Amino acid sequence: MFQIYCPYCEELREEEEFHPKGEAHIARPLDPEACSDEEWGDYLFFRDNPRGVHHELWVHAVGCRKFFNITRHTVSYEILETYRMGEQPTITAESVSGDLAGRESAATARQEGVRA
Amino acid sequence: MSNVNIYDSRADAAIPAESPLAFSYHRSGAPAAGAASRVVLRERPFLGHLILRGGAIVLDEAVRDELGMNLPGRPQGLVLDASGERSIQWLSPDEWLLIVPGGEEFALEGRLRERLGDASFAIVNVSGGQTLLELEGDAVPELLMKSVIYDAHPQHFPVGKGVTTVFAKTTTILRRPDESRWELVIRRSFADYCYRWLLDAGEEYAIGVVAA
Ligand SMILES: [Zn+2]
Repeated sequence: MFQIYCPYCEELREEEEFHPKGEAHIARPLDPEACSDEEWGDYLFFRDNPRGVHHELWVHAVGCRKFFNITRHTVSYEILETYRMGEQPTITAESVSGDLAGRESAATARQEGVRA
Repeated sequence: MSNVNIYDSRADAAIPAESPLAFSYHRSGAPAAGAASRVVLRERPFLGHLILRGGAIVLDEAVRDELGMNLPGRPQGLVLDASGERSIQWLSPDEWLLIVPGGEEFALEGRLRERLGDASFAIVNVSGGQTLLELEGDAVPELLMKSVIYDAHPQHFPVGKGVTTVFAKTTTILRRPDESRWELVIRRSFADYCYRWLLDAGEEYAIGVVAA
């Protein structure tokens, strides 16, 4: 059983009710006519594929049928948070790498403590 | 009043109407409900189903003035009027399902449009596209646990709750208007599939059917 928290239904729902819709926070160029081919191609076709924290667009396809965002770790598949359209993530690659660095230094400190 | 073109889609009363399950009763039968039946299925066809879309505040005011019911503001909310014949269910932050006795929906749609005036809203009459099945009996939660992916334990699914979820290989709106009854709002084109699924899943509870 795998459940996802829908920020509109405000509860955990079965994964079967959801569909992923690709990378989140891709803004349509405000003036498409003024875009170069490269800018327009980037907007249409090119997506990030990071190892680690990734922000994705999902839709609660069977439930409320609203789109929302998920911050997900692409290595562990862990869902770090879900948030509504128009909102910004509170967990980002930067904030998590800070945490990881903290955890690693704590682990190093523990090992050193053992050795000592 | 908006300039939208609306018309009464309900056929004249003189024209015989067949419920979405008419052929299912004919082909799959309708086991009679008896003393051993722990689930009783009742079809409630030909009700008026309206989808309301728009801002909660403006719709709430119109619905309260017109029907004397509050629009459920919280997710998964289901509200019934005093008679229990009319209900409004939260489907999405800007979408509600209003179910009224059959025949009321067209006039009601007109009155709501009148009240809402120039506000940004949409009302769609979906009465022909879906139908309502009512389940009653102590084994209904057990039957639902085999059929829907949503947790239908009565502790997790109190009276006044309604969700849209997966039922077998199709979808349903599952709702609980009172302690004893559960309702399934299903697509008309999937009514036969859902009916046969319920007969099969309900066999061990001696499911009985009260045909419409
Ligand atoms: Zn939802």
